[in-house]
Amino acid sequence: MSADVWINYAAAAIRLSAIVLLASLGVLFMARSGILNIGMEGMMLIGALAAVLGSAAGGSAWMGLAAGAAAGCLIGLLFAFLVVTTGADQVIIGTALNLLGLGVTTVFGRSLLGMGTEARQAVSLQPWPVPLLSDLPVVGPLLFQHNALTYLAFLLLPAVSLVLYRTNWGLSVRAVGEHPLAADTLGVRVHRIRYQCCAIGGVLAGLAGAALSIGILNQFTENMVAGRGFIALSAVIFGRWTPGGTAAGSLLFGAADALQLRFQTLGIEIPYQLLLLFPYVLTMLALSWFSGRTRAPAATAMPYKSAANRA
Amino acid sequence: MGDKGTAREKALLLLVEALFYALALAGALAAGAAVMAAAGISPWSAYPVLWEGAAGSANSIKETLVKATPLLLTGLAYSFAYRCGLFNIGAEGQLYAGALAGTAAALLLPPLPGWLHLPLALLCGMAGGALWGGIAGALKAGRGASEIINTIMLNYVGLYVVSYMVTGPLRDAGGSLPQTAAIPLAAELPRLLGSRLHAGVFVALGAALIAYLLLHRSAWGYEIRSAGSNWRAAEVMGMPVRRNTVLVLMASGGFAGLAGWVEIAGVQHRLLQNFSPGFGYDGIAVALLGGAHPLGNILSALLFGGLRSGANAMQRATGASTSLVYVIQAVLIILLLCNRYWLAGVKRTIVARLVGQRSAEQSGHSGQSGQTGQSAAIDSKLGGEGA
Repeated sequence: MSADVWINYAAAAIRLSAIVLLASLGVLFMARSGILNIGMEGMMLIGALAAVLGSAAGGSAWMGLAAGAAAGCLIGLLFAFLVVTTGADQVIIGTALNLLGLGVTTVFGRSLLGMGTEARQAVSLQPWPVPLLSDLPVVGPLLFQHNALTYLAFLLLPAVSLVLYRTNWGLSVRAVGEHPLAADTLGVRVHRIRYQCCAIGGVLAGLAGAALSIGILNQFTENMVAGRGFIALSAVIFGRWTPGGTAAGSLLFGAADALQLRFQTLGIEIPYQLLLLFPYVLTMLALSWFSGRTRAPAATAMPYKSAANRA
Repeated sequence: MGDKGTAREKALLLLVEALFYALALAGALAAGAAVMAAAGISPWSAYPVLWEGAAGSANSIKETLVKATPLLLTGLAYSFAYRCGLFNIGAEGQLYAGALAGTAAALLLPPLPGWLHLPLALLCGMAGGALWGGIAGALKAGRGASEIINTIMLNYVGLYVVSYMVTGPLRDAGGSLPQTAAIPLAAELPRLLGSRLHAGVFVALGAALIAYLLLHRSAWGYEIRSAGSNWRAAEVMGMPVRRNTVLVLMASGGFAGLAGWVEIAGVQHRLLQNFSPGFGYDGIAVALLGGAHPLGNILSALLFGGLRSGANAMQRATGASTSLVYVIQAVLIILLLCNRYWLAGVKRTIVARLVGQRSAEQSGHSGQSGQTGQSAAIDSKLGGEGA
């Protein structure tokens, strides 16, 4: 086995991890404010299709990114309206968003883009090698020859950590997720914080979808997210609702994803289904193992009515 | 007039509730039409085809029943757990586990007469689903791990285990496709009326009846519903809430497992990858529309079964993707939840108004002067609340 194959594999693992990371940081923001987002899958699909449409219409990949992010933001705000304002059940609304995303993108994907070889082509996001660094042996192809979204995902990681743990707003987010009544008493606007987190989560979901459709595959195909939304949720749980842990989960699951896509070329003799179900089993084990020591934010999936509205 | 007012108020509330359900359904169909129109397909030509394919002929009604059968079972799976305050989002995985266990039983058991083979395979299918649900239940009861997350994770585990089995150990040696050999005739559900309709429809109806009796006519059902409305109170009363968590998720998984087995034994006659077009997820919509009541599920399963078979006809005739059904279902779910969480106050106001008008008329007839409609409404409302 030559070293090139492995470097190739590792670079692919990083690309796929970046998608999971973008999505899981979105899930994380929402989770820390007390919102369980089961609908990531549908949000990512909508972002993926919007990115292809935006890119094809605007003639540039950046237009695609903007469209993906905007569509994600809108769907995030819809989610927020439903679960924050109306107080509807987050689990069911999340499931509905998955159905909506799958249905809408399949119907529009066929009618707006066409099918098969006649499908309209989008402008894909080109890799941008970092000057100088990309010429390094091994490290260059591994880390510095990716597209902008891959860099963004990994740069966002410290940023999210900083925002969540070192800013007043981040403190408010965590307070709202743990004890909304206490936060409300101290003058934190619970609903506003949750709306903001849903919008951020939506934008990140849209970008993650775009990273898949115009970043890697260069087209939209039906149900192309293929469970990665749930993998993102898994990464957050596996990472015990911390940015660092979430990133570790994303890398691990991205590596498994890349492995199952290439297991034949790498000459590995295990059934690929085993790799596919590995993230899910690991998440279940982690969830059972951690329970009691680390847990989800206390107000997860609980709607909040402010004291003023309660009367 | 307190008691009469209460009864009338209840009836009116039910009527208004039914009206809002109908409005939600109309809204969902309208949303579907809007999506179709935006995608360049005329809803005016597509919806009649959908109706024709769902209920237009004896054949399409049979097809609707075929589709409604697994939907009723997955709807029951969601409802059963929901009534205990548990979220089983894993009917899809349980369905695959049930299909796998049922197929394995059908293929691997020695040749048996049909009256023995069929029930054995049915039990195995149920057991497969119950195992899948039971894992989530045990992790919830034993480790406090969220059954929501675990049932979702198990969806994918079930899907990939089936995918592995049909490409590996259980693959039909003679064929080229990733699927098992056909199950023996003795393990097939008998066909009815010379069509695709099969006896599984009675299995599903029987399951709905059993779910109803268990939930509403048994002591265990009382425990389940108590835990569902107030977990802590049920525990304080000495009910075995933890044990019930495991048992309920097993029963819930059992219903979904039955759905998987029924699809194999009645329709597919062999196990293959991705044979379910999301019956497990559809079950959530079925349960919500059916008010999470086993008998209500029968009606909503018929509706969604019709939607599915109609959408197939629509796709053949107009090219509109069957995925439109997902849009309609999603919008329906969202509208129903808005209805429940957001419009409860609106509905009460409407009923109070209606009751008020009637009371005013009545008091006018009986000559009780001096009482305005509004105060009568308040009267009857107070009476209603006091009763």
